Amino acid sequence: MLHMDPVLLYALGGFAFISLVLLYSASDGNWLRVLAQFGNIAVAFLAMWIVANMPLHWLMRVAVPMYVFGMILLLLVMTPLGVNSHGATRWLNIGVATIQPSELMKIAVPLMMAWYFEKNEATLKLRNYLVATILLLLPLVLIVRQPDLGTTILIWASGFYVLFLAGLSWRIMIGLTLGAVAAAPFMWSMLHDYQRHRVLMLLDPSQDALGKGYHTIQGMIAVGSGGILGKGYMNGTQTHLDFLPERTTDFIFAVWSEEFGLIGNLLLLGLYVFVIGRGFIVTANASTYFTRLMAGSITLTFFTYAFVNMGMVSGILPVVGVPLPLISYGGTSMLTLMLGFGMLMSIHTHKKLVKT
Amino acid sequence: MNRYIELKNHQREIYYFRLRLVLSLGFVAVMLLILLLRFFYLQVIRHDYFHTLGENNRIYVVPIVPNRGLIMDRNGVVMAQNYSGYTLEIAPDKVPDMDALITELSGLVEITPKDIKRFKKLLTERQTLETMPIRSQLNNEEVARVSAQLFRFPGVEIKARLFREYPFTDVTSHLIGYVGRINQNDINQLAEDETASNYLGSDYIGKTGVEQSYEKELHGTTGFEQVEVDAGGRAVRVLSRTAPQSGSNLMLTLDAKLQEVAEQAFGDFRGALVAIDPSNGEVLAFISKPGYDPGLFIDGIDSETWDTLNNSLDTPLNNRALRGQYPPGSTIKPFMALAGLFYDTRSPTHNISDPGYYMLPGSRHQYRDWKTGGHGSVDMFKAIVISCDTYFYGLATEMGIDNMHSYLARFGFGAKTGIDMEGETSGLLPSPEWKSKRYNQIWYPGDTVSAGIGQGYNLVTPLQLAFATAILANDGVAFKPHLVKEIRRAKGAAVPIENKPLFDLQIDPAHLKLVKSAMEAVTKPGGTAAGANYGASYRMAGKTGTAQVIAIKQGEKYDSKKVSEYNRDHAWFIAFAPADKPRIAMAVLAENGGHGGSTAAPIARKVMDYYLLGKAPQPLLKPVEKNGTEND
Repeated sequence: MLHMDPVLLYALGGFAFISLVLLYSASDGNWLRVLAQFGNIAVAFLAMWIVANMPLHWLMRVAVPMYVFGMILLLLVMTPLGVNSHGATRWLNIGVATIQPSELMKIAVPLMMAWYFEKNEATLKLRNYLVATILLLLPLVLIVRQPDLGTTILIWASGFYVLFLAGLSWRIMIGLTLGAVAAAPFMWSMLHDYQRHRVLMLLDPSQDALGKGYHTIQGMIAVGSGGILGKGYMNGTQTHLDFLPERTTDFIFAVWSEEFGLIGNLLLLGLYVFVIGRGFIVTANASTYFTRLMAGSITLTFFTYAFVNMGMVSGILPVVGVPLPLISYGGTSMLTLMLGFGMLMSIHTHKKLVKT
Repeated sequence: MNRYIELKNHQREIYYFRLRLVLSLGFVAVMLLILLLRFFYLQVIRHDYFHTLGENNRIYVVPIVPNRGLIMDRNGVVMAQNYSGYTLEIAPDKVPDMDALITELSGLVEITPKDIKRFKKLLTERQTLETMPIRSQLNNEEVARVSAQLFRFPGVEIKARLFREYPFTDVTSHLIGYVGRINQNDINQLAEDETASNYLGSDYIGKTGVEQSYEKELHGTTGFEQVEVDAGGRAVRVLSRTAPQSGSNLMLTLDAKLQEVAEQAFGDFRGALVAIDPSNGEVLAFISKPGYDPGLFIDGIDSETWDTLNNSLDTPLNNRALRGQYPPGSTIKPFMALAGLFYDTRSPTHNISDPGYYMLPGSRHQYRDWKTGGHGSVDMFKAIVISCDTYFYGLATEMGIDNMHSYLARFGFGAKTGIDMEGETSGLLPSPEWKSKRYNQIWYPGDTVSAGIGQGYNLVTPLQLAFATAILANDGVAFKPHLVKEIRRAKGAAVPIENKPLFDLQIDPAHLKLVKSAMEAVTKPGGTAAGANYGASYRMAGKTGTAQVIAIKQGEKYDSKKVSEYNRDHAWFIAFAPADKPRIAMAVLAENGGHGGSTAAPIARKVMDYYLLGKAPQPLLKPVEKNGTEND
């Protein structure tokens, strides 16, 4: 098979299968939804295949243009070209469709940072880590203003993993953490009342039982009432009696949990662990500094994606709007995730051709 | 050697990288463990609990609507309050045949055709699963009668609700405004503001006036109960309760009694009055007459009553004080005089000779003075006192439209005052740029002439004119007009609205003295409002004005008896008192009132008497001559 990693490919195929089957139940037997998701998956797999066949130096070459292009799009979102929906301005109207530039940055930011570290590999100094951090913070400042907390967290995580794997010193990480903890009370005193209110709502959703707290409560009921064996496929009452909000997108994990129970959760976690494990193997065997950083960041970000979503649905994390990777309905996040896996495959299959 | 070091570094690097990778692996493992424990906790340990909740599903979150804040005047007199009452309500989606149901229900309680029309309109306005009121204010007997039969009518309920009440009805209708049922537009707006969840149980929202502009304060925060319900939808027990937080009470700057006095002073006249404390911008009275009964709108107005109000020639729904735009007429003259002094266009002592008309150099067109034959020799003081048009025609032409525009703009003409009420209009202060943009025409010298006496394109709102008068009264120091003095939150201290000066025009004291003393003379014998200050124990300054409703042709003369009532001139009077240390400044407009001195000035006098002396109004002047009122 041309530059594909069969192990990873089978696992991803498994996710696609689960996604379609689960979506049929979550959408109450809506074939159109399932068909649309099938289209999303097909496009994403095609994109993965194309990326997997790109030689590694191509990836290096696209890093800077992709980052700059993404930043320009993010800035355009703030102009009247930006599209506002549900109180957030995240989309850009390009005539034929609306696109969400922050999704592109999920790939572009770690790529740019890994590229930067590769370029300065021989002479890494504190200054280089500072520059890399700025490369990370620039898009984040724009995205958090949109506002889009979920994407901000994921991009922050992907960038932090690059920094961590590139060997950011422990002293700095501990220092920054302590600094943040120390600054928290001061920041708190700077906030307006309504901003404090929002932070508190995020930390304790039961305070907002009419809004986002409702999602968390219904999600927890779905998960908990699923029990060990689950209520069975198409039999979830939370799902099919309309109690569960966002059940084809951010809360699709609650549908899975309700219908397949703890056993199903273990299976799904197992599949995630399998993919992540494969990612670690690719990372450990990667031949260049750039590919090591990139592969590590992609793998860990994928895990973060899954952890944040499941944590949010099961009520240990606030509701921040992160989909369940490779399963939730939606084309954009599917596409960016599969682009990432395409890179993993490219990294894994091209290294043998590189002379050492 | 070199090669050896590089190789070693590379290996060290790989070693460190793998170390970091192993640490990441550990991090992933710990996080996975947390998830597993959480799943185990939810799905095994707490399974029974969630199973029960899911099985009965079971948790309803029921919003508890907060009490809407009260609106009081500056002395605590209540102007908007709540009372509780019973309503008969129907859930439309549970009723197969609405007409049959209504017919049956009207056998039990009185349901008028108006009620039915209003109810049907509500149904089309808001698509919801909630119940809609068909009859409100049921008395105890009616409640008992319906309750006994309720089992026969699925989807019908009796609910206790809080209603809004406006004790001053039409006297404060344009000021306080009203609340009305939330419609689709409101829902969209709330969704946009991300406040929709705070309105989940609310039926009403402020639609106009203070009720609208202070909606955020008045509404309060919705509380909620988590209730466990059984399959039939009945609440079994309350799991948790978060109390609602009542809306803030508003204390207005307004004086309710003064408002009543002012309203009555208008008698049968339509019009508007805005009175402001010039030293801080507090609005003391805010009249737009005629008003309407705001209670009609609360639960949706029926279309007949709406048509009557909306099509009335008296336009009771039009907030004249805030949105009515009229030519300022001669009330612009004191401001024009200040402009002339500022630009040194005219010295105070310069006399002109008034033949009764003004002609532009090189033109034969006559711009008439209001007095045929003219006023003879006129200086600035006299020009204000007798309201000499010819003087100001010349002054305007010599000053030029650009200077006039930029000076009058300082007094707020042509711009919104920024009062805390929505929907204000900005009037019109014309300029050559405006005219070329609006009409694609050049500015003619004749435009400047008529602008000089406040006619032509000029438009002001009564609020604007009151604001400008207050600035003048306060020697050029302006305060933004505002209606609310204090916000009293349910928790915590009252929040007073700050009175910060907006700007200081820094007018030459000598100029002010001249114009103010001339305005004082306006209210004395010889002035255009000669009787206005007669017998008063305080000194009053003012200026009359007339706003033309229809244009009079060259060579023709305006005759109030010939034109129909609605085409008669509007009467203006601006005033402040006491003249030496003003405590109140106002603009009065009597629509189709004819001359400002005889109709608008007496209204101002009554308001001032009450405000400054505490006197109930009594006729001090010779009876107002009404220019042949045919109808009413």
